[in-house]
Amino acid sequence: MAEIRALGIDVGSTTAKMVAIDGWGNMIWHFLEQADPRVDEQVEWFLLSVQEANPELTYYPGKGVEGIPLVATGYGRKLVQQATRQVTEITCHARGMYREMGHGGTLVDIGGQDSKVIGIGPKGEVVDFSMNDKCAAGTGRFLEDTANRLGVPLVRLGEVTLSASEEVSISSTCTVFAESEVVSLIAHGVPLQPILKGLHRSLIKRIVAMIRSVSFISPLMLSGGVVRNPAIPVMLEDEMNEKVIVPKFPQLMGAYGAALIALELYEPKF
Amino acid sequence: MSAFGWLTYAWNVQLLGPAALRINRWLSESRDKRGSRWNAETLAPPLKISFKNKELVGRHWLEGRYANLRHKVAWVTSGAPVEIFKALDYYVLYPENHAAICGTARVAVELSCEAENAGYSRDICSYARTDFGTLLSGKTPVGRLPKPDLLVACTNICQTVLFWYRVLARHFHVPLIVIDTPFVYYKEASAHALDYVMRQLEEAISVAERVAGKSLEERRLRTTARLSKMASELWLEIMGRNAHRPAPISVIDQFIQMAPIVEMRGDPETVDFYAAMLEEVDQRIRQGIGAVKNERKRLLWDNLPVWYRLRYLAEFLGEHGIALVASTYTNAWGELAPMIDPDGGMDAMARAYTYPILNRGTRYKLETMREMIERFDLDGVILHSDRSCKPYSIGQMDQRDRLLKDHDTPALLLEADHNDSRSFSEEQIANRLAAFVEMLGVEKWQRSAHWG
Ligand code: SF4
Repeated sequence: MAEIRALGIDVGSTTAKMVAIDGWGNMIWHFLEQADPRVDEQVEWFLLSVQEANPELTYYPGKGVEGIPLVATGYGRKLVQQATRQVTEITCHARGMYREMGHGGTLVDIGGQDSKVIGIGPKGEVVDFSMNDKCAAGTGRFLEDTANRLGVPLVRLGEVTLSASEEVSISSTCTVFAESEVVSLIAHGVPLQPILKGLHRSLIKRIVAMIRSVSFISPLMLSGGVVRNPAIPVMLEDEMNEKVIVPKFPQLMGAYGAALIALELYEPKF
Repeated sequence: MSAFGWLTYAWNVQLLGPAALRINRWLSESRDKRGSRWNAETLAPPLKISFKNKELVGRHWLEGRYANLRHKVAWVTSGAPVEIFKALDYYVLYPENHAAICGTARVAVELSCEAENAGYSRDICSYARTDFGTLLSGKTPVGRLPKPDLLVACTNICQTVLFWYRVLARHFHVPLIVIDTPFVYYKEASAHALDYVMRQLEEAISVAERVAGKSLEERRLRTTARLSKMASELWLEIMGRNAHRPAPISVIDQFIQMAPIVEMRGDPETVDFYAAMLEEVDQRIRQGIGAVKNERKRLLWDNLPVWYRLRYLAEFLGEHGIALVASTYTNAWGELAPMIDPDGGMDAMARAYTYPILNRGTRYKLETMREMIERFDLDGVILHSDRSCKPYSIGQMDQRDRLLKDHDTPALLLEADHNDSRSFSEEQIANRLAAFVEMLGVEKWQRSAHWG
């Protein structure tokens, strides 16, 4: 493995991710786990894993890896004591995505419990942003909860949705009310697929409203854990009438951006 | 008035109270404890004149406690034609200001709950709920509110006041004057709208005279209007001084220093106060003192303040070298100064009270912001989307869009409430502010980094 020069960690509400990069900013190692409410323990565990994979590094518990800067982002960023600096997920996502794609655009990041839209300028700078972190509608949580209700495993959610030939409209955007609406649809004998498609549509519509609230810069890019659901990019393309670009590691863009910022800011010790 | 009442008033309001407040100011001035609680590393201390502000406002509310003993009392909305009532010797109380005091004293939620428990919806403006809470519980940080003899609601700020004051009228069983000011959709109000307002003002005068038991002297009305105009002009000039770099008086300071222009407009002391403030501000300019030390970016604030988090906002922005330089809200008490015409009679008064920013279209607010961005050379805008104040918040989404697209000015929509801290999501607000600050590129690490 190439030599690690910087680290980035993204402590989100659903998952925690760490990315290591070399001196040229290439991603050379990453780690992803369900978020643990005990952030400090999880970060400790991450850093130990980095060291294990790279025995030449020295990790000082509670402090950090010697000579390797670490930038933390995400909701739990302030709890990462080992971080050299904390930066918001808006800046980090923009940074990671710009480096990965080589151009700006409008990034939609749909996470487990929040979603954001970021306008990225031609030089990688954040031009505008909009966040939804107050309401589960418009986040992965919306689908997760309703999928649970329907007894569909999360991994099959997209596939089942895309197989639908019809669609019912779900009028509630609120996660809790949507759930009761789904229950009543099932009780009325409506099949699973159209309900799922309706649920996805409801989520996508929320996202589109967010996209419309920022100044749109083409192309449209998508990241976040929800991208693993294949129905999301397809339906977003459909609703926006724009091609959607997805990076290779959609869940790691925040952590990657954090690592890139770490690399830019702190001269690596050769 | 009974002899006892006369004595009580004279002793408390004219002798003991003012003396105590003055001594308190002298002591504070000599100790010069300004701003010892706020981050002195990044923020200049508040203006010296703040002590005088405290004394003036303290005296106003002290007078309020005993006002029923000597004056007729009018409770009025912030956009009411106060000169009429001042000239008739009313003690004028602004329930909105009282609610704001409750907001800064962080008792607004407790009071709002009293109102909500009595059945008032949480969707009603938090100023109204706060004051209903005081009515129902008797609790207030100013000691005691005098009972009104007259209520005056002018709809030039919102329609909430119409219903709010009806509740007050039912509670106190006193006459209510409603001055309905038609909305100004285009650049100019129509002649018949102005005529309609003027007739209402004339009717208001006769009701106010009847309640006061005396006639309005034209000379006094003119003097009061002149004092109003002078104070508003000075306030406008003070805010205008922020065209200098660094800005000598931040919008947060303005929020604190604006109490007299709202609740003591028409008093000679208010003119003296703002004249002294202007002098101090000019002195700051001569000495190159900025409200934010090391000012790097300059922003505009739209909408009411978040009264219970002024310090948080000042310190957060100050740490990043960001100064709030202009605000549509504080400007509202200055921008009408040129329209106040003491010799123009009811005609001029009708005009001035029809044109407040909240009685004009959202386009006008956008124009105002654009003009401010240019005049004050601003780098961005924070639009406080105030859950309570619908007329102020409506249109902000589009205004944000226009600012960004047509003026290349970044703008942040910050969802909160001016008085109800339950609508202030600490983490989310901190996150948005932090992201906005990074977007402006003022972080120390950003200034050293090579982007792109
Ligand atoms: S709704 Fe707005 S204008 Fe009306 S009283 Fe409340 S804060 Fe003032």
